[in-house]
Amino acid sequence: MELINLTLKAIFVENMALAFFLGMCSFLAVSKKVETAMGLGIAVVFVLTLVTPLNNLIYNYLLREGALSWIMGAEAAAKFDLSFLGFVAYIAVIASVVQIVEMSIDKFSPSLYAALGVFLPLIAVNCAILGASLFMVQREYGFLESIVYGFGSGVGFWLAIIALAAIREKLKYSNVPPGLRGLGITFITAGLMAMGFMIFGGIQL
Amino acid sequence: MQFLREQLDKVEPHFHKGGKLEKLYPFFEAADTFLYTPGSRTQSGPHVRDAADLKRTMIMVVLALIPATVFGIFNAGYWEMHAANPAVQLASLTVPQIVEAMLRGAWAFLPMYAVTIAVGGLLEALFSVIRKHEINEGFLVTSLLFPLTLPPDTPLWQVGLGIAFGVVIGKEVFGGTGMNILNPALTARIFLYFAYPAQMSGDLVWVANNANWVDGFSGATPLGTMFVHGADTSQYLYTWWDAFWGFIPGSVGETSFVACLIGAVILIATGVGSWRIMLSCTIGMVLTVLLLNAFAPRPTHYMAVSPQWHLVVGSFAFGTVFMATDPVSAAQTNLGRWIYGFGIGALMIMVRVLNPAYPAGIMLAIIFMNVFAPLIDYYVTKANIRRREVRLGLQ
Repeated sequence: MELINLTLKAIFVENMALAFFLGMCSFLAVSKKVETAMGLGIAVVFVLTLVTPLNNLIYNYLLREGALSWIMGAEAAAKFDLSFLGFVAYIAVIASVVQIVEMSIDKFSPSLYAALGVFLPLIAVNCAILGASLFMVQREYGFLESIVYGFGSGVGFWLAIIALAAIREKLKYSNVPPGLRGLGITFITAGLMAMGFMIFGGIQL
Repeated sequence: MQFLREQLDKVEPHFHKGGKLEKLYPFFEAADTFLYTPGSRTQSGPHVRDAADLKRTMIMVVLALIPATVFGIFNAGYWEMHAANPAVQLASLTVPQIVEAMLRGAWAFLPMYAVTIAVGGLLEALFSVIRKHEINEGFLVTSLLFPLTLPPDTPLWQVGLGIAFGVVIGKEVFGGTGMNILNPALTARIFLYFAYPAQMSGDLVWVANNANWVDGFSGATPLGTMFVHGADTSQYLYTWWDAFWGFIPGSVGETSFVACLIGAVILIATGVGSWRIMLSCTIGMVLTVLLLNAFAPRPTHYMAVSPQWHLVVGSFAFGTVFMATDPVSAAQTNLGRWIYGFGIGALMIMVRVLNPAYPAGIMLAIIFMNVFAPLIDYYVTKANIRRREVRLGLQ
């Protein structure tokens, strides 16, 4: 039950794109068409579900204070606090996971690889991914929780980006003032969408 | 009538290209088409032969809103009188008292309406002059809907600010009527809701108060009592029939289920509002309530409140009939409308019952589904294309 709550919270209440405004670069850049947004969204779900628990293991068994006790015993390990290496480690994990995922998709399902195209490598620099890892550390999620949280944040991002893409496809037929065409109106749209997502704002799960 | 036509024809050349008042053409066009059927025809295909253009459609919505407006004005006035003098009871209202209630209600409502028209209309006109599009009757609907959703004691500067946000950010930056993604009236309302939660919270009774008569009047709203007493209807301050007819305090236009029903009949009969959306909204609402009823921990819990109460209390009927059916921001495909309406009904109950931060969820639910309406349409259309391809053996 707790885990279901955490998933719903990550999807709706704490939506990565529309509550925290993380991952804006790809959110705005890859939302011109629903098809491509769909590809990016699924890739983000996939990578987030993999990366967040991996980073959770790294944090709990390598980086945080006393984490090395499984190698050198509790007393010696208490002297080490490697959490300052967090950013570097998480980014390295994200980049390598994205790389491995890309290679394995290329190997086992070339059609999906072609469909995802350039968006898969782009994910390595999506701040929603790093954000999920950092939230996971800050909120001290366990291993199972971090799987669920990663999956939930991914689904939230996916939902937001395909909704924005569908709106933008509709906006193609709108007579937007010239100065606002393109990114300008997309920012306003994203703001209005965030207003819609505030419906879940006060829910305590 | 002939005289009016001649006068309009006489001034018309001034507004055309090269005329003295060329820039003000939208004003002339608005006045002309408000009074007479436009003489122009569609320039390029496809052609539809129908007297009902956008302007007539919008006027229909305004007509459908009139019962709710008139009743809302009376109701706001009545609660103000009741608050000032508890001896004024509904059952024993005399004719002069009814008139007084109407006048007091109008005194609370008309300033808000005037500010909405003035501020919103000015911005609309400004945009249409600069962007060279027509001033549209759509604004008549927006400007009537918006004050109807407001509590009668909203400060006027907030009314102006709200409608400015709704018209500019909600509609004009997207290119004007027919191109917005969210309902402009709701955008304005939600903006106020989040910007000034103190005045808009909605857990206390909304009654217009005038310092000369009484220092405000606060008590629990019908929704508030439901929250405390759950399905124990004997504890409610109002009977079901009170709520059905609308004799309960609340925002100006939303209290009467009957008035909204009349509006719904007009909208459906004229084909302006989609019956699919209204019906699926209600189905979604009822099913969600039944689901929650099944899980209610005890009969006095809020989750145990029965569907017929949810139907008449709060602004469910008003939102479903007049706002969810907005032809621009709702889903455009028939299957999409079922999904869209169902989502609104279900989400509204979720928010109303499970989200303690917002007592009335219909506005937020509609905005949320507005956001997803293009996506629903996209996939409904996609599925349709695929089905046809399979039928033709193309796939």
